[in-house]
Amino acid sequence: MTVQNKGEPGSAKPYLQIDRLTKKFGNFVALDSVSLEVYEGEFICFLGPSGCGKTTFLRAIAGLDIQTSGTVMQDGADISALPPAERDFGIVFQSYALFPNLTAERNIAFGLENQKVGKSAIDKRVNELLELVGLPDQGPKYPAQLSGGQQQRIALARALATSPGLLLLDEPLSALDAKVRSHLRHEMKALQRRLGVTTVMVTHDQEEALTMADRIVVMNHGVIEQVGTPTQIYREPDTLFVADFIGAMNQVSGRVNSDDRITIGELSFKSRTHGLASDAPVVAAIRPEDIVPRDPRDESEAENSLEVEIDDMEFLGSFWRVSLKSSALGEASLMADLSINATRTLAAEVGSTIRVALPADRLWVFPPAGSL
Amino acid sequence: MTELADTAPAAPLIKPKTSKDDRIMVGFILVICLYLLITLAFPLYAMLSKSFSTYAFDLTNFEFQVNAGDGWSEPFSAAEQNDKIQKFKPKDLVTSSDGRLATTEFFPDFSFRSPTLYRLRQVRGDTSFLFGTERVDDTEWHEYSSNDFRRIVIRASGDTGLDNFRTYFSTPALFRSIENSLFISFLSTIITVSLAFGFAYALNRSTMRFKGLFKLVAMIPILVPSLLPGIALVYLFGNQGMIKGLLFGESIYGPIGIVIGSVFFTFPHALIIITTALAISDSRLYEAATALRASRWRTFWTVTIPGARYGLISAAFVVFNLVITDFGLPKVIGGQYNMLAVDIYKQVIGQQNFEMGAVVSVVLLIPALLAFGVDRYVQKKQVAQLSARSVPYVPKPHRQFDRICLAYCSLVAVFIVGLIAVCQYAALIKFWPYNLSLSLDNYNFEVMDGGGWDSYTNSIQLGLYTALIGTVVVFVGAYMVEKVNGFFTTRSAFQFLAMMPMAIPGMVLGLAYIFFFNNPDNPLNAIYGTLAIMVICTVTHFYTVSHLTAVTALKQMDREFEAVAASLKQPFQRLFARVTVPVCLPSILDISIYLFVNAMTTVSAVIFLYSPDTTLASVAVLNMDDAGDIAPAAAMGMMIFYTNVGARLIHQFVSRKLVRTTQAWRGG
Repeated sequence: MTVQNKGEPGSAKPYLQIDRLTKKFGNFVALDSVSLEVYEGEFICFLGPSGCGKTTFLRAIAGLDIQTSGTVMQDGADISALPPAERDFGIVFQSYALFPNLTAERNIAFGLENQKVGKSAIDKRVNELLELVGLPDQGPKYPAQLSGGQQQRIALARALATSPGLLLLDEPLSALDAKVRSHLRHEMKALQRRLGVTTVMVTHDQEEALTMADRIVVMNHGVIEQVGTPTQIYREPDTLFVADFIGAMNQVSGRVNSDDRITIGELSFKSRTHGLASDAPVVAAIRPEDIVPRDPRDESEAENSLEVEIDDMEFLGSFWRVSLKSSALGEASLMADLSINATRTLAAEVGSTIRVALPADRLWVFPPAGSL
Repeated sequence: MTELADTAPAAPLIKPKTSKDDRIMVGFILVICLYLLITLAFPLYAMLSKSFSTYAFDLTNFEFQVNAGDGWSEPFSAAEQNDKIQKFKPKDLVTSSDGRLATTEFFPDFSFRSPTLYRLRQVRGDTSFLFGTERVDDTEWHEYSSNDFRRIVIRASGDTGLDNFRTYFSTPALFRSIENSLFISFLSTIITVSLAFGFAYALNRSTMRFKGLFKLVAMIPILVPSLLPGIALVYLFGNQGMIKGLLFGESIYGPIGIVIGSVFFTFPHALIIITTALAISDSRLYEAATALRASRWRTFWTVTIPGARYGLISAAFVVFNLVITDFGLPKVIGGQYNMLAVDIYKQVIGQQNFEMGAVVSVVLLIPALLAFGVDRYVQKKQVAQLSARSVPYVPKPHRQFDRICLAYCSLVAVFIVGLIAVCQYAALIKFWPYNLSLSLDNYNFEVMDGGGWDSYTNSIQLGLYTALIGTVVVFVGAYMVEKVNGFFTTRSAFQFLAMMPMAIPGMVLGLAYIFFFNNPDNPLNAIYGTLAIMVICTVTHFYTVSHLTAVTALKQMDREFEAVAASLKQPFQRLFARVTVPVCLPSILDISIYLFVNAMTTVSAVIFLYSPDTTLASVAVLNMDDAGDIAPAAAMGMMIFYTNVGARLIHQFVSRKLVRTTQAWRGG
């Protein structure tokens, strides 16, 4: 699949150019001819299920596990074959890999020493970094005396100490508990924006990717499924995998009817068909929040609307997630998110029948999985 | 789209550029590989080839002419002459590399006063004879007067073949040792493993008192040479033994003594392995068994034994290997009962038959290699079992069971402490059993065989050098092989070489060193007979366990440290010095004490390597015992014991202090 860089900021120049990267471990292809451009100052997230190749991709960029074929250009220079020590990056691992026998400040200073920098200059830089990550008083402590979140920030400070051109983050937040994680998410994003350092982060947590990234690279089985801004990825998924992996998505099988219509069960819907041949099997997808309840007093026959029966209702605090069935749709059931208000107006309850619309511009059509 | 991809030019294949760090690391690995090749592989090869080299006098190659005043006779070969006079049978002509045969043997009526002249020549130039000390290997005729002729000896010529093995297996006195060694090893293994299992079970599963003390006592045998229990047994059950009557007329010199002594010195090794195996058992299994109302007995056979089975198998093979390769103990208490390891010594030191020594070594290698292989296989399985998340078992008080455990452990402890106490007592009395007054006469080593107090200071030196050099070599080697990127062939070669010493019995290694380093053509010949060769030999002999300790410690470190250091443009040496070594310090100290203690107690490998200037305490124990000075032997053995206890105490003290100062971070 050709990779489209949809959301690049027009003015920036590509800082990292990756061309047809392939990594094989024996017969197993972990990365299959992956290409990507990362722009200066961008925050990129590699997102995908475990085993999709995202960490392999990151380690290839770092030179830790160099690719079998394909090139990596950083800031105009070909770094494809260089060992890590000859590249320009800082890295934070999931385990943080803080040196346990060195204090936080000695950890941060590790990359500054031995570089013809005076001792006072090092101390100054270390204090600056401790300040930057919000831990000005924790310098003399050993890693074991710091909380997980504090350790993560010290690891970040250590990675930033030498002012690298590229910051690589390998699941940096996944070892933390949920509350610390959401707090650090914002802090790291703010810090990255302030420093303007080009950043690549690997994560399997879609919420993390959606909130932090400028652009997300969704990966699966060693290939890139889609590259785009968080809204693009969420609102306009390119593939069934992306649609399914990010957020909740209803999936119903159907067939192409004509140029702009598809059939699901006994019903016909107006929809995009992406030039698929008539009668081709497709999967139609729509997010639960995109299913629109119709006012029962509105008698007009709106497009793409149908009668459904409420099969089940689940209260999720700010809204209801309702499960909808219709004999006309066949076996398929649909999930819809209805606001508290809507359920009240509709007098919705299990067993009652309501009318909903599936807006054509929110309805996605993909070839069924495995047919490519 | 697929068509498009096919026609597009392929992405370039990337050949990773190796980093400076990796190149330096591989350099280190290659250096240590070379070290192991020179100190292990090459000597073993030299030994193997020695076992296949045969020597015989090639009589067809020597021709004589005799002139008894009536002109020169027709040339005739020594072989023809031998046929005529029926002097030597074919088996008389088989000899060792140093074999010599006087030419006068072929002339029964030879007299050095007769005026007869002799001529001698070699048909081909591949043999030689000696005229006095002058070596002759040409094919010319040489003429001698009868007075000179008596100074001529024929040298043996070498060949390769299985003849040595044929001789070995057709000499009942020699191959009987195989049976003996196997029998003693099996018996000792069964007894030791059973005893150690009971002891470990009591320590693990009871709430008896004095557990700490029992653990300490059980480790005592590691601190003494394996031959020390032999000396104690001589005092207890020997011809003038204190409690000789308990044997009902049986002699302690022989299988009984060897087995008792073997149980003593292998006990701690088995105990460590079995304790580990029992400690990893899951308490949830016991809870389940209780919930299912299984009896204690049934639980023991369905939960405890299966859980510890790998530990038991591994302990059995380790003990088997220790017993079959041990030399000191059967030497002291074996009497006329021949064992393989002692045969090597007898062949080499007693009969100077190096080829036969090599043959016995090869025979001894086979069971040792087998035991090693099975042990490695089982250890791997055990690791897999360990990784499961289990809840450690916490024993509950049970008065009767605890009392039985206490009684059992006390018995074992009395056995261990008893043998040591007997040695100490023997060392302190004037002359058993006639003069029981206490004295320190037996510590006056200067007047005994064995090298005097110098051998004690030599041993201390050997211990310190081995600990220092060995720890550095082993830890650096383990670090490099664990952390280098790529270079799979080099790494696996190194790992193989590092595991090999465990499978090589000390006697075999020592003998191999003679063949390799005592060869005048070897540029390293200069270190033969020095302390250096013994340091090298001891480091190599105990390489594997040290290497595995280092690898275990290194594996516990975050494997991304090197990646972080590389991203920060720091060379690995700096990471190694600032982080790896400080963090691994406890393990590094463990390796050094292990090497020190073993260097102090080892006999087997160094027995072939010491010179009059480099006698060792452990060897002195053996030699004094051999010379009948048993009390001084016991005294020296106890010196080794106290030195090792002292070393252990210092090790503990230093470890604690270091942990407090350099490892403040551990507290958390």
